Amino acid sequence: MGLKRNVSLSTALRYKGQGPMLTFILHRIGGLGMAVFVATHILASFLGGEGGKIANNIYEHWSFQVFIFFCALFHSINGLRITLLDLWPRLLEHQREAIWIEWAVFIPLYGIAVLVILQTALGG
Amino acid sequence: MTAKSKTLSLTQRGFNFEMLMWLFTRLSALAMYALILFAILGALIMGARNQMNFADVMRWGFMPNYTHVQSTDVPDLTPWSTTLWRFTASALLLLASSHGIHGLVVIADDYIVRPRGRLISRWLSIFLLVTMSIIGVYVIWTA
Repeated sequence: MGLKRNVSLSTALRYKGQGPMLTFILHRIGGLGMAVFVATHILASFLGGEGGKIANNIYEHWSFQVFIFFCALFHSINGLRITLLDLWPRLLEHQREAIWIEWAVFIPLYGIAVLVILQTALGG
Repeated sequence: MTAKSKTLSLTQRGFNFEMLMWLFTRLSALAMYALILFAILGALIMGARNQMNFADVMRWGFMPNYTHVQSTDVPDLTPWSTTLWRFTASALLLLASSHGIHGLVVIADDYIVRPRGRLISRWLSIFLLVTMSIIGVYVIWTA
């Protein structure tokens, strides 16, 4: 287990991995966001009461919905790309093209959902 | 491309717990896509086309628990709270929690490098997995 690395956190943050690195970071943010959300959501629905109501108000707010839907949709579409390319490694050659397809699927789907969420929340 | 030799034994090919979890992460992802697709199709059959908006259908898809359609125009919650949907929701929850907790361990391992810290993170993750799965299944079946 003794892992030795020569890379400091600040160097890691300045690493320019472009498209694939961006999906890697967003995949982590999405996964972490969902893990925290699902855990608090389960706990709040189990405990109920005042704390449950406060938690409910937070994640029923449109800004939180926009955030958590980004996490869930990006994580699932990016995860599908990773799964397909990992299970059929010959496709790994076309990783960058796969990432472009991924954005082409993600942006319209996410855009429609955000539009609907905002319309329901603000449009009345 | 040259074909890789498959005459090596499993352990020589690097088959260990991490490899098993690597595979599990991908297979559980595929299973979750199937379950989400099943839930969305079910919602459409049960009348989501006229009674729910796109975001509501997606929310039901990610967790087919009937409390997730309470705020929509669905008139009768009975078909949404059947045993079938409770089983689907439980399967999604268990797959998602194990997939997610393993993801947390992978992320933690990138920052926690000392064996003692990793041991603590392992036990913490096992504790989280067990408690969250039990509480979640309890909520799904008693809500």
